[in-house]
Amino acid sequence: MSSSTTSAPPPGIQEPPSAPPPRRRTRSPSPTGWRRALRKDWQLYSLAVLPLLFFLVFRYLPMLGNVIAFRRFEPGGSVFGEYWVGLRYVEMFLSDPTFWQVFRNTLWIGGLTLVFCFPIPIVLALLLNEVRRRSLKRFVQSVSYLPHFLSIVIVAGITMQMLATDGPVNHVLGWFGHDPVRFIQEPDWFRTIYVGSEIWQTAGWGTILYLAALTTIDEDLYEAARIDGANRWRQIWHVTLPGIRPTMITLLILNIGTFLAVGFEKVLLLYNPLTYPTADVISTYLYRTGVESNSFSYAAAIGLFEAVIGLVLITSANQLSRRTVGTGLW
Amino acid sequence: MVSTIRPSRGHRVFQGVNGVILTLVVLVTLYPFANIVARSFSGEKEIRAGDVTLWPKGFNLTTYEIVFSDAMFWRNYGNTVLYTVVATAVAMVLTTCYAYVLSKHHLKGRGALVGIAVFTMFFSGGLIPHYVLITSLGLKNSVWAIALPNAISVFNLLVMKAFFESLPSELEEAAQIDGLSTYGILLRIVLPLSKAVVATMVLFYSVSFWNSWFSAFLYMDRTELMPVTVYLRNLLAGATGGTAAGAGTENLSQVNANIQAVTIVLTSLPILCVYPFVQRYFVSGVMLGAVKG
Repeated sequence: MSSSTTSAPPPGIQEPPSAPPPRRRTRSPSPTGWRRALRKDWQLYSLAVLPLLFFLVFRYLPMLGNVIAFRRFEPGGSVFGEYWVGLRYVEMFLSDPTFWQVFRNTLWIGGLTLVFCFPIPIVLALLLNEVRRRSLKRFVQSVSYLPHFLSIVIVAGITMQMLATDGPVNHVLGWFGHDPVRFIQEPDWFRTIYVGSEIWQTAGWGTILYLAALTTIDEDLYEAARIDGANRWRQIWHVTLPGIRPTMITLLILNIGTFLAVGFEKVLLLYNPLTYPTADVISTYLYRTGVESNSFSYAAAIGLFEAVIGLVLITSANQLSRRTVGTGLW
Repeated sequence: MVSTIRPSRGHRVFQGVNGVILTLVVLVTLYPFANIVARSFSGEKEIRAGDVTLWPKGFNLTTYEIVFSDAMFWRNYGNTVLYTVVATAVAMVLTTCYAYVLSKHHLKGRGALVGIAVFTMFFSGGLIPHYVLITSLGLKNSVWAIALPNAISVFNLLVMKAFFESLPSELEEAAQIDGLSTYGILLRIVLPLSKAVVATMVLFYSVSFWNSWFSAFLYMDRTELMPVTVYLRNLLAGATGGTAAGAGTENLSQVNANIQAVTIVLTSLPILCVYPFVQRYFVSGVMLGAVKG
């Protein structure tokens, strides 16, 4: 990773040192403003060229590429499709029973993930916060962060091994005289497995922001609460929780925004045709129809639908939080 | 639940319960690892009987020998290293440049430059247009299909920007007066002061590239181009496919389960080895991003 930029610029470009550079951009939108800014800061702007190219090509071009949801697309043809077909693909998926099936599955899995994976880190952070021995606290933190750093493939692999017919879970069931359960093949178990492994991987790391917020709470507030006769629970209720409320709200908004984008990769790794009835979600369905069956336009229509709903969800969650508690993400 | 009359006793009870809960958290987190390691060293017969819990039963190294002698495993492991190095290098150059630009508050149009990046956090083009784009750019089956589309993580960008903003501006102003160009300032003044955040970013990126599998799965057509995560994925998929198809291949899938355990151990080993030493960088990096972002 050597220097990708060339140095040795003409030294005459620098502003005279007597004139300090203006800290704030000038309010007047004069036509010469941009020219002046470019002359003064062209080196800075030049550093932004490659990153901007990245955003343009790999982030914004695909957004435009979504027009193939409304156009006929030929593999090998134009990225933006051949000719307009209107809402044909949208109508197609709206009348596709499989789509509604995967839509319901997505809501289920997303909802359960939100219900469990959002509050558990808060509880865990509060528990960790009550630990007085620093070394113990640090040890628990280190251990519980660990699964976050593992590849999703490894998490899926570990999950499958734990739940295999010869795995530890079935071993424990055996103590109670239960026959081995083929967890991975049972549609009824998929949601539990998904949410369980999600908690295993994310709960510890999820505490990190709450723990940071907890350290910023003023010790005097606890002191005052104690003098007023508040016990431990009341202190948590009246001091601790309000102290971490901004963090909770921020993370809740983010979680709601990614509600429909349920862990696509994990579902793809953990599901199989036997568990499609409960496991197949919007993103895996569009992956199969698009990439595996080459119905790109149809899949793009579904993907666009998902992305728009995600955007609507996060904006409305943000609006709601701004209106009710006065803060939002933006 | 807790007596309000005698809070000190209630508190002691609470501390005890809390200790038990946290111990359980530690055990639940660590047990799967211990079990996988135990399985990887165990005999097939013992695994099939469901006897392996915490310690290897029927200790043997045959499964390790099988995996070690698989040329494709090493090939894919090498690919993982290569992809991680290349992708991290590209990501670091682009992220550093853009973060530095965004940290300059006087820059005209800075708001728009920030907006361009942040908007992509909330809205993405989606899988299909991405796939179509990468394919038509001819990036398939090359390391660029992995490195280029993931070159800037907006979260990392914001962390780095926050760090650059926290640097004292006097040094840069002095360097500017001494006639150093912007590039010179970035390379010779700012980056040497930012070793901590650069190290953190390198870790963030390299761990995420090391762990990634889906880009390669999507854009690589040949097994010899796959990273080791896809090697493992194919083992897992083979296992479920095999048992779904019918119970005829019990033996084969047992060996497979054993190989899975070994591959899981070998794939996560580098992460597990560096984790204790680098954990605090991750924590501080996330804090920095959270405070400012």
